[in-house]
Amino acid sequence: MNLAIFILFGLLCLGGALNLLLQRHPINSALSLIVVMSSLSVLYLLLGAEFLAAAQIIVYSGAIMVLFVFVIMLLNAGEEERTHGSQVAYLAGIPGALALFTVLASTFFTLRNSFGNARLGAFVATTSDLSRVLFRNLLLPFEVTSVLILVAIMGAVVLARKEH
Amino acid sequence: MAVPMVCYLILSAALFSIGIFAFLIKRNIITIFMSIELMLNGVNLAFVAFANHWHQVSGQIFVFFVMVVAAAEAAVGLAIIISLFRSRNTLNVDQINLMKL
Repeated sequence: MNLAIFILFGLLCLGGALNLLLQRHPINSALSLIVVMSSLSVLYLLLGAEFLAAAQIIVYSGAIMVLFVFVIMLLNAGEEERTHGSQVAYLAGIPGALALFTVLASTFFTLRNSFGNARLGAFVATTSDLSRVLFRNLLLPFEVTSVLILVAIMGAVVLARKEH
Repeated sequence: MAVPMVCYLILSAALFSIGIFAFLIKRNIITIFMSIELMLNGVNLAFVAFANHWHQVSGQIFVFFVMVVAAAEAAVGLAIIISLFRSRNTLNVDQINLMKL
């Protein structure tokens, strides 16, 4: 059951990511990214991160992707033009990305026995566990992040404002 | 049936690599920005998987902070894209190559 859910949503995740890569219209890429993020939240639930699964839906698929879709529609972004990008990106970057994946995957694969299995319910971090660490040990970083958000809001308003 | 932890890690590596790939070959600035979000999501999955493996909450705290910073980054980045589009009338990164107008 656990494995079936993982395979279903893992494939959905991978398919959405590949679809983001293959689609030429930004709105299609944005919608496939929403698929990736929603299926990742199911994987977070399987890994026992219930707060993060909710936050993933609310913050990522809810807030960030709505902002993306809103901007795509606001700017009326059409289909991507086929222009030649940087040659360095094609010649070094694409084999580099493939090499990075190969290195990471082979490293993880050789260490597969020490990682073991992720059984459902073996480790569940409840919201109260998370908030205990967040508000006792990491209160200062939390407050600093709220200031960061405030600065980001003001920056976004200033940048997107119409010039007179 | 339990899922091997290595599957989660390989999935996260695949998401990160697809993000790099899309970052390099996409020409639309909004899609490039979305591929950065894809890379962040791949890293988040690895963090949650390691938090599960070592039974530590701190991995999930990292993901929480990554999400918050990603939200701030998306707001500022999209505002920059809007102001860029107002002055250039294009979203193609090849045509956005001058810092001054």
